[in-house]
Amino acid sequence: MNFPILTSLIALPIAGAVLLLFTRDEERNEPLIRNIALIVSVLVFAETLLLWTRFNPASADFQFVERHAWIPAFGIDYFVGVDGISLLLLVLTGFLTPIALLSSWESVHKRLKMFCVFILLLESAMMGVFVSLDLFLFYVFWDAMLVPMYFLIGIWGYDRRIYAAVKFILYTMAGSVLMLLAILGLAYLHSQGTTGEYTFDLLKLYAMDVPRSQQFWFFLAFALAFAIKVPLFPFHTWLPDAHVEAPTAGSVILAGVLLKMGTYGLVRFAFPLFPEAASFFAPYLAGLAVIGIIYGALVAMVQPDMKKLVAYSSVSHLGFVVLGIAAMNTQGVQGAVYQMLNHGVSTGGLFLIVGMLSDRRHTRLISEYGGLKNVVPRLVAVFFLITLSSIGLPGLNGFVGEFLILLGAFRWDPRLAALAATGVILSATYMLWMFQRVNYGPVTDEKNAKLPDLQPREWLVIAPIVAIAILMGIFPNLFLKPIEPSVNRLIGQVSQRSSQRLQAGNSELRIPN
Amino acid sequence: MSSFNAIVPMSCVTAAAIAAMIAEAFRAPGERMPIGPLGAIGLAGAAISSVLLWKDGASSFGVVVADKFGLFVTFILIIVGVLSLAISEPTIDRERLPRGEYYALMLFALAGMMLMATATDLLIIFLALEVLSLAVYVLTGIRRDHALASEGALKYFLLGAFSSAFFLYGIAFTYGLTGSTRLDRIGSLMAAQAMAPTPMQLLAVGLLLVGFAFKVSAVPFHMWTPDAYEAAPPAITGFMSTGVKAAAFAAFVRVFLAAFEPLRPSWSPILWIVAAATMIVGTVVGVSQSSVKRMLAYSSIAHGGYLLLALLAANDVGKAAVLFYLLTYAVTNIGAFGVISVLENTDQPNDRVRDYAGLWYTHPALAALMTIFLLSLGGFPPMAGFIAKWYVFSAAVKRGYTGLAIIGVLTSVVSVFFYLRIIVMMYMTTTDTPARVPPIPRMAGLALIVSAILVFYLGILPTRVLDWAAASIATIF
Repeated sequence: MNFPILTSLIALPIAGAVLLLFTRDEERNEPLIRNIALIVSVLVFAETLLLWTRFNPASADFQFVERHAWIPAFGIDYFVGVDGISLLLLVLTGFLTPIALLSSWESVHKRLKMFCVFILLLESAMMGVFVSLDLFLFYVFWDAMLVPMYFLIGIWGYDRRIYAAVKFILYTMAGSVLMLLAILGLAYLHSQGTTGEYTFDLLKLYAMDVPRSQQFWFFLAFALAFAIKVPLFPFHTWLPDAHVEAPTAGSVILAGVLLKMGTYGLVRFAFPLFPEAASFFAPYLAGLAVIGIIYGALVAMVQPDMKKLVAYSSVSHLGFVVLGIAAMNTQGVQGAVYQMLNHGVSTGGLFLIVGMLSDRRHTRLISEYGGLKNVVPRLVAVFFLITLSSIGLPGLNGFVGEFLILLGAFRWDPRLAALAATGVILSATYMLWMFQRVNYGPVTDEKNAKLPDLQPREWLVIAPIVAIAILMGIFPNLFLKPIEPSVNRLIGQVSQRSSQRLQAGNSELRIPN
Repeated sequence: MSSFNAIVPMSCVTAAAIAAMIAEAFRAPGERMPIGPLGAIGLAGAAISSVLLWKDGASSFGVVVADKFGLFVTFILIIVGVLSLAISEPTIDRERLPRGEYYALMLFALAGMMLMATATDLLIIFLALEVLSLAVYVLTGIRRDHALASEGALKYFLLGAFSSAFFLYGIAFTYGLTGSTRLDRIGSLMAAQAMAPTPMQLLAVGLLLVGFAFKVSAVPFHMWTPDAYEAAPPAITGFMSTGVKAAAFAAFVRVFLAAFEPLRPSWSPILWIVAAATMIVGTVVGVSQSSVKRMLAYSSIAHGGYLLLALLAANDVGKAAVLFYLLTYAVTNIGAFGVISVLENTDQPNDRVRDYAGLWYTHPALAALMTIFLLSLGGFPPMAGFIAKWYVFSAAVKRGYTGLAIIGVLTSVVSVFFYLRIIVMMYMTTTDTPARVPPIPRMAGLALIVSAILVFYLGILPTRVLDWAAASIATIF
């Protein structure tokens, strides 16, 4: 099996985008453009599923590895591979992109061709981020991804879209440029080592023993980039703006995949590359995560705008993920990876629902709705299921992830777990309260009385999400099994190296002068 | 080995320039002559001879040395020349500029730049500097009936003349100290006396530094840049922002890293401050500009700062980074000015940021090209600008200039803000009165597309060019 499947995951969307560029952006071409984009994205999804079936879940190593020299002068390889942590994130990306495209079927008509081109380019870059095993390659995709998202928010967004788009790109860039320097520093450090090789190869850099004083700064630079992306309190302020102003498809991808890149980066790069600094900073990260969980929930509670509410709930949910990672034990990290998938599914679903409502009523204010239960019963039923999955009701996907994270956090520090658990209660409060105000009670506004229920196309968009949410709640092992070996390897990597140092007598980590 | 081979490239260009002048003299009023293609032929000759010289290895004609370093810069200048010729045509037609004069001056400037890149003697460098400067002063003010053009050209001329005086003083002091103007001799003599630099040496280095800083528009000697860039027709602005910069940096690298390397402890702290100030002022002031040309002028100042950073971090990575950066900057910036130039109309310059409103809806291809160039200037992958910045910063980190590297990356984030302003205008703003854009001439369109392809090529498959850049610096230092 020599087919370069990971490369094709990156290349296929680009090929689709290039193909689209050759179509004429006219009204009568609309179905053609939509179909090309949809077929390409479905093909990519099928490929990710194929990848999953071929993936050996017992192995902790990187699989489907491809490596070609790219810029030998800088020691840069095109080096990609997938392990249990990234596998399902690829599947998630493949899953959400066609859904995002379908969700825009009715709402996007302006400049449709470029919309589809940007979505496909974004998909390619996201795939690239998750499969890169070369830090340069990773950074290229990480930065390149900003551009299509920027255009998606800025062109097809709502009223304050320009502000939101510029804020999004500047915040993320400001975080990532320092990581760029840290990457360069790391490669330089490696060239000073025994092999003298200037390389960005992640596996070689994993094996390097970074002096503690440098670990400290490198970790901070990486963690800042990822914390902004996650977003971790207090770096979250770009998120509500970007989410609220983005078109539905943009919000789905933003919440579903882009935010995961921050947490993925922590797991893949920041922790295993700098284990001692990581164990030094883990309590602080966890502290910020817990603040984020509670703060995000409290702010979500008072939002008058549904989209903003869901956006702040993301801050809260992603706090759980960071908490699980900071705990750095099997349950914590496994739960974190699982929760990344969950959040992608359920928050993606919530944004779709909000998008459907605002397509019908052209408002997202909770106070404008009320009593929808009798008007659009099917929509409300789906809404209810996704709300429950987001809250973390047992039997649905959200429960498994949050439970594992809390378990992991409890083993590490019961106080943090206790505080974080209040977030679970708060999330039930704000979600159900919102749900109640929107769907129960009498129909207060005449305009709400005659809303159409779910269309066939909308079923096509939302049914897979509901199905996955239930599947992930009932058969978590299906998803946890491929994750586990890689997670254990990661934890071994982190704890072994930091404890080696501790035993060697440098028992105290302190801030270098 | 003295051979004429080394000066063949610049001779071709000079010959084309003289031919252009003669053709202009015999041109009947109103007659259209293909003078542009004449220049292109000259540049093609220069390109072919440069390739042959590259293969042969270093040859020299007296103090003019066609080593790979000089040839790499010559290649950059040829690309600058060809692209500039191609985007100039519409400007000349529209503004009714004297065709022969315009092309002759441009070609003379190019010949001067090539000489500057290959000279290894301070006096020849000075001579080349004057050849190119005089031509560029005139080109800046070539729109004679334009008040702004005359003002900008005069400012540029006065300040430029002033800086030439500094430069000449520096040469005089250097000669007084060492008895030579040849870079290799200066270098060895400086090395012999470098234990404790004397005030005289510092004076000589300082004066030369001021001269170069003027030419590369480094802060605080950048004041002329926005005015001159705004005054000149956009095609000329693109030409001088890239060509002059490339030639000046080539000489800068030669003089400071060959002749004055022994004095590095004395000049590097000053250059550190200059580089930091250049990056910061260029980006911060650029944010508040409302004219696209002025904005790109400040962006050009900031890019000069990154080049200074590479020069300062002059390990083998840094020197090659200077070359690669100059190439990508040249391709990208000419592209950007090319777009400005085809947007220009007879009665309205269309160079305010707000004139770009809704450009995507009326001219999607032009907007896309401009986006590519701006994103490359902002350093986004997979465009060339990203690789160039990566190269510069990796050189800086290697050499331990972490502080400057941090300033560099942070200012590049700020610069993204103003590049995005134009993109916001083009894509996300609509206007009832879109700027009227004249039809795009075929040659100019082709030049823009070629630039865009080069931007992607250098961004995605830079290996070959990087190797050339590395080979270039290996020959001289």
